[in-house]
Amino acid sequence: MAAPKPDRIVARLLRLPPFLWLGAFFLLPFLVTLKISLSEPATAIPPYLPILDWQGGLDGWSSFLEALNFTNYLTLARDDLYQAAVIGSLSYAGTATLVLALIGTPIAYALARAPERCQPLLVALVVVPFWTSFLIRIYAWIAILKQEGLLNLALLKLGVISQPLEILNTDAAVMIGLVYAYLPFMVLPLYAVMNRLDPSLREAAADLGASPTRVFWTVTLPLSLPGIAAGAGLCFIPMVGEFVIPDLLGGSETLMLGRVLWSEFFSNRDWPLAAAVAVVLLVIVIGPVMLFRDSLRAGGEGA
Amino acid sequence: MAAPSLRIRGLVKRFGTHVAVDGVDLDLAPGEFFCLLGPSGCGKSTLLRMIAGFESPSDGVIEVGGADITALPPHRRPVNMMFQSYALFPHMSVAANIAYGLKGRPDVKDRVADLLRLVRLDGFGERRPETLSGGQRQRVALARALAREPGLLLLDEPLGALDRGLREETQGELRGLQRRLGTSFVVVTHDPEEAMMLGDRIGVMERGRLVQVARPVDLYRRPASRYVAGLLGDVNLIPGRLGPAGPDDTREIVTAHGALTAQAGDAIFAEGAEVVVAVRPESLILGQGSLTATVEDETFLGDRIRRVLRLPDGTLLRASGPPGASPERGTTTQVGFAPADAVILQA
Repeated sequence: MAAPKPDRIVARLLRLPPFLWLGAFFLLPFLVTLKISLSEPATAIPPYLPILDWQGGLDGWSSFLEALNFTNYLTLARDDLYQAAVIGSLSYAGTATLVLALIGTPIAYALARAPERCQPLLVALVVVPFWTSFLIRIYAWIAILKQEGLLNLALLKLGVISQPLEILNTDAAVMIGLVYAYLPFMVLPLYAVMNRLDPSLREAAADLGASPTRVFWTVTLPLSLPGIAAGAGLCFIPMVGEFVIPDLLGGSETLMLGRVLWSEFFSNRDWPLAAAVAVVLLVIVIGPVMLFRDSLRAGGEGA
Repeated sequence: MAAPSLRIRGLVKRFGTHVAVDGVDLDLAPGEFFCLLGPSGCGKSTLLRMIAGFESPSDGVIEVGGADITALPPHRRPVNMMFQSYALFPHMSVAANIAYGLKGRPDVKDRVADLLRLVRLDGFGERRPETLSGGQRQRVALARALAREPGLLLLDEPLGALDRGLREETQGELRGLQRRLGTSFVVVTHDPEEAMMLGDRIGVMERGRLVQVARPVDLYRRPASRYVAGLLGDVNLIPGRLGPAGPDDTREIVTAHGALTAQAGDAIFAEGAEVVVAVRPESLILGQGSLTATVEDETFLGDRIRRVLRLPDGTLLRASGPPGASPERGTTTQVGFAPADAVILQA
């Protein structure tokens, strides 16, 4: 076998950095988290045991490995609170994804059908909120949704309601926050797919007697499904682990994994259990990633 | 007499300041095969899209089968269109594509089967468009466009995406199909040969205007302008001034090479006007005539010989004739043409 040519070696080296990046900033931290999740909490710094004795040689390694166990995962499996948090996270994220698809599709369709020269501006408007800090935007929602907030004030003034609505610190507020924050992630991939649909397909459908409504349901929407799937993946996955929105807008009964993780870590100082929650979260999220992988790719290529 | 299948009056389409279609009038008889010929950007596709309803005219009237359809949206028009890209629905089977326009009609299954047979694609119904060859896709698009039995079928460069061999075969098929169905066809093409092969009549478009509408043979023999003459094949243009009228509807043209005689034709010019005499290469007769030329070059093409002739002042003429004993390269010969084979055009 001939030795590889120098430029092929260079090509291989160029492919290395992404893997090094993933190894250093994803795989390694994950392994550390995994290790902590198998440890026991302790009143020490760091607040868990065992800690690998680097000087202990082979004995040190074996006693270290023996001390690791799955107690934290058993705790998670047995405790109703954590099961409720898993179900809560999945149902919040699932419902919000559905709402996002319902709201995002007409928005993306309107963007894609807007006059060519207006489109860059309209797309920019979708992205504009990102120029403001995410946290500030969520705080702004508190000002809008609270008892004497802008929304209640406006509705009272208009005479739509006589009593202020209790929205803040309810599931509705969490849903509003999730849908608001993730809308661009639904609209943009969907717009990308819809924008690249061959307009002659719509024309052909109309030419064959289909009303604009039928054209949308039978041609535009089915061919936009890869975009919807891509958008759903981009929204659902981070929403499962969302912490800021349920914490700031939700009530005490809003149970989501991100919140549980935070309180285990900061309130209870139980790093191992928090780490176990993080691992469970990752496993939950990997499922949809695998599911959406093909459509994400298809969406990226414009199907 | 039945209402014309298509009647267009004063059709104009402006995009901003650009006039894409500039006052087109056209009448199509039922069952006629009409070709719109012109280079890209001449407005022929815009004209077709206005008939289909995808562009709304800035001015003018479109009638199909006697009914004014100018204001109707595409899905209410009694015409169908076959797209250049075929525009087959990629998420539907071949059968579902063909059945798309048949929604709500009885016997959809039988009709789809008939159409598949019509375009020789029996057994392909369950296939996806992407698994078909270019020629097969073209036939699916044709079947889909014919499904609703339109009185008028519009075809935008229907053979443009096919390779040469398949193209000639498909031209014949398309022609045969149209004769059998008796549907009026309007085909847009940029290929003069294709237009001549397909069309009962050809409409030549130039910068948004329909400059000449005629049968292929008339278009070739009696072009209305230098543009049309050049579009449909090789032509020799000899400049001169219009002289007096001769016998049998002929006119004399005074050229640098002496006086020539040509058919006056429809064009009316004043005596002394600058004109050109247009003569096809195969209409030039060697060995007799008033012009003297040297044979500059000759190319043997099997069924004919093409010669380049040089007139004393350097003007080159192209002549084409059957192979055989003729003036050899380098010899001098007389050249002429029958007045009926020459046309006087505006210079």
